[in-house]
Amino acid sequence: MQTVLSRNPQRGPSKRDPAWMGRMFWLLAGAALLWPALVLTEFKVWTLFEASNLKPTLKFLGDFFPPKIEGEFLLLVAKETWRTVAIATAGIALAMLLAVPLALLSVRVLSVSALTGKMNKLPSALRTLLRWVMVLLRSVPELIWALIFVRVVGLGPTAGVIAIALTYGGMLGKVYAEILESGDAQVTQSLLRNGAGRLQAFFYGLLPQNAAELTSYSVYRWECAIRSSAVLGFVGAGGLGQQMDASMKMFNVSEVATMLIVFMLLVWLADATSAWLRKELG
Amino acid sequence: MPPPLFAARCKACWFVFGLVCLTVASFWSLDLKWAQFFSVDAAGRMGKFIGELLVPETSSKFLTKLVWAALETLAMSALGTLLAVILGLALAVPASKTHLDDPARWRGLSRAVLNMLRSIPELVWAALLLISAGLGPLAGTLALALHTSGVLGRLFAESIENAGAGPSFALRCRGISEAKIFWYATLPQILPQLVSYTLYRWENNIRAAAVLGVVGAGGLGQMLAFHMGLFQMGETSSILLAMLVLVALVDALSFTSRRWMAA
Repeated sequence: MQTVLSRNPQRGPSKRDPAWMGRMFWLLAGAALLWPALVLTEFKVWTLFEASNLKPTLKFLGDFFPPKIEGEFLLLVAKETWRTVAIATAGIALAMLLAVPLALLSVRVLSVSALTGKMNKLPSALRTLLRWVMVLLRSVPELIWALIFVRVVGLGPTAGVIAIALTYGGMLGKVYAEILESGDAQVTQSLLRNGAGRLQAFFYGLLPQNAAELTSYSVYRWECAIRSSAVLGFVGAGGLGQQMDASMKMFNVSEVATMLIVFMLLVWLADATSAWLRKELG
Repeated sequence: MPPPLFAARCKACWFVFGLVCLTVASFWSLDLKWAQFFSVDAAGRMGKFIGELLVPETSSKFLTKLVWAALETLAMSALGTLLAVILGLALAVPASKTHLDDPARWRGLSRAVLNMLRSIPELVWAALLLISAGLGPLAGTLALALHTSGVLGRLFAESIENAGAGPSFALRCRGISEAKIFWYATLPQILPQLVSYTLYRWENNIRAAAVLGVVGAGGLGQMLAFHMGLFQMGETSSILLAMLVLVALVDALSFTSRRWMAA
């Protein structure tokens, strides 16, 4: 950044910012975009502090302490917490069942026709189709899947399990394919060239190379699934979220406080477990 | 001889055994209605449901409402992310240990606050804020702001701690105050990283804003919950398509901008 000399050398270098024009332009552009955003989101923050709003808000905040710790209620919360973890685990298990075939069918390293130059048209088209299927599964938010399935199978954990299975199946499939393709393809291709079947090439070539990374990512996604399944409960998919929604609707704020604390502990526990597992796997 | 399948000393074997037990216990304890899901009756209902979804509603009045809702979703995500940057940066400064002799007295407390903001998902924040902010996008914006400030605050604090020590050390040697050191040495160094984190979370927040409306927080989600509740499947399918298009557009935009920035 050059210092700009002022007109009178005795006054020293000019203190004007040389980049002021660009910065002023972006600031004004940002402000110009901010105004419609504030209007569209009805950002009337002062309504939060109006008298009619403030009293119920303060009562609501006050009811948070003390959180409800009756034995019978804690038992119910423990049961719902287990259901949340169970929904997440079952969902991830089904997601892996979906993701592994999708990933195996869509990786290029297992393509026999690609060994001798360009891949044939049909295998290439199949792989592209499967990638689009995975993108579609990933793009629909799991809450939307859960909303749809609640209408088909009714309230309860089935909708949550299927929603997690579909979304996470797409996510896991894409990342498994990326991990498998990112390793060294030399071993796999030697096996394929020497007549090994594709599954054999996978089990003896690709899998030993990438097992640690695959497992580490799956454990991370299991932790994410636990958080998702708590959120899915809000649309009726069972677990801690459904209980929180029910308590909130009845304005039982002390119950909500207990469940929030339990949920934060669960997330922390899952985080610690997944970090320890990933460290053990190396 | 190949190694045995299960060895009592192998940690990984026990880990896999524990995982299998957890999975079996999960499936067994949940009352999953497989029979109901795979029955002919359910297949018929699914088929009818999908059939109704295949006819999106395209009247211009409804499409105008849809476009406004999409813009509202975008505005919610942008404003929420902006507020999160301000709050996150304000919390990241006390939550970071800027140099070796920094007492960092507020580090534990601010990290705890950031963790609390982060752990509670956006949907739960929105449901809690509905009580004071009422139905509508204000609750959604504030919910996104609160959750994202926890995420961004932690990422910003890590950036501040990992920033190169050279510039701030040079200023500290001359006796310059910590505030000026932050503004003129640390912040210009970490600004590209902060911008990158912010853009990544904004992209994530657009998806989150679309679904927040399901609890009544405005945007496309509120329209979706409304029309699905009234079983108006034509409108529902249009809204679902709009959500997919929005997500696809954001994906494409971020992909091209990353290619353009790397070039």
